[in-house]
Amino acid sequence: MSDNYGSIMKEGLWENNVVFAQLLAMCPTMAVTTSGTNGLGMGLATTAVLVVSNILVSMIRHTVSSQVRIPVFVVLIATLVTVVDMAMNAWMHDLYKVLGLFIALIVVNCAILGRAEAFAVKNGVVASAVDGLAMGLGFTGALTFIGLIREFLGSGTLFAQASNLLGPAFAFLEMKLPGYGGALLMILPPGGFAILGFLLAGKRVMENRLAEKAAATGEGAPLAA
Amino acid sequence: MNFESFREKIAYQPLLLGVFALLASGALAWASNATGEAIAAAEAKDLRDSLAEVLPQGMADNDFLKDTVELAKDGKAVTIYRARKEGVVKAALFKVAQRGYAGDIQVLMAVDSDGKTLGVRVLKHSETPGLGDKIEVKKDPWVKSFDGKSLVDPTPDKWAVKKDGGIFDQFAGATITPRAVVKAVKGGMDFYTEHRKEILGGQS
Repeated sequence: MSDNYGSIMKEGLWENNVVFAQLLAMCPTMAVTTSGTNGLGMGLATTAVLVVSNILVSMIRHTVSSQVRIPVFVVLIATLVTVVDMAMNAWMHDLYKVLGLFIALIVVNCAILGRAEAFAVKNGVVASAVDGLAMGLGFTGALTFIGLIREFLGSGTLFAQASNLLGPAFAFLEMKLPGYGGALLMILPPGGFAILGFLLAGKRVMENRLAEKAAATGEGAPLAA
Repeated sequence: MNFESFREKIAYQPLLLGVFALLASGALAWASNATGEAIAAAEAKDLRDSLAEVLPQGMADNDFLKDTVELAKDGKAVTIYRARKEGVVKAALFKVAQRGYAGDIQVLMAVDSDGKTLGVRVLKHSETPGLGDKIEVKKDPWVKSFDGKSLVDPTPDKWAVKKDGGIFDQFAGATITPRAVVKAVKGGMDFYTEHRKEILGGQS
């Protein structure tokens, strides 16, 4: 695995994106992307947990034997999420009321265990932290993007209630399309699957075009993830 | 024996799991201890805020979170918060629940000592977004149509949505949800009437 932080970032944000390439974490992806704000909140909370869990897993990687690593990681991640959940409930209660449901959902996010298994257990602490950050931000970007599309088509708003999540200073993000009733389907689960399908197809087309172009200019196709 | 080979031995595996289980329990116990008080305080504040929302201002001068009675309703204990002014019970606040289109709808309501609703709010529900969620006051003022209603006005058979011959609006595309809320509030009113003496604590 690479110690090159630039390529780790690129992997997480685009080439090996949790949602668009690995197709992991579909449960939270479908459940929370009914609005851009929800997607952003879930993404940021997941990023925080992912960074810390990657750091911890990387720290104990020489102590844990490969036979029992999975239960150890599961216990570690579940503990971490529960502590974050309680801490936010106690000291950031207003934010918790917006994100509360999602925090507990992070436990079942297979991307976290996936990164522990695929990266943190084989790499150093700093590289694992960078990987957690990159994967988390890629996840955040994907959720926010899907959320915004579903929100716009479904209820004609953008970033509704963003000021609840980010503070009153971000109220300018909130936009509303006047006189648009919204297509309910987009808010419901089928809309999530449909949007994700189109985005995945779009990403493939884009990558194929880029590869063709690169092949045509003789530079060689970039390695697919 | 070096660590590398000990790590692969069978005895190491339960030891490792045990240590991690202990560490995790320790961390959870510590976190639960450290946050317990703050969480309880925040939840009490939430409850007070939501109770204050159904109770018009100036109705109470007591801490109604502490002035409660427990009564059985359909085999379940219901906590009733009593709002007093100068020692006299002015209103009772309690939660009722009713099955809606998708899961239970939790409703918080306040009834004054004459048996009139002061306010109704939906606390929790899982109705269809965009159709049934108009029962939230944030999305639609519909739930305010209960204000000031009693079992005398309208008469009990008018406690229904318009489609069923009652006086409450239904929403386009969603009848089951408002029907459930009306039923929940009506159930709360019946419950209040039945237990009026116990709730008001002997005063007539």
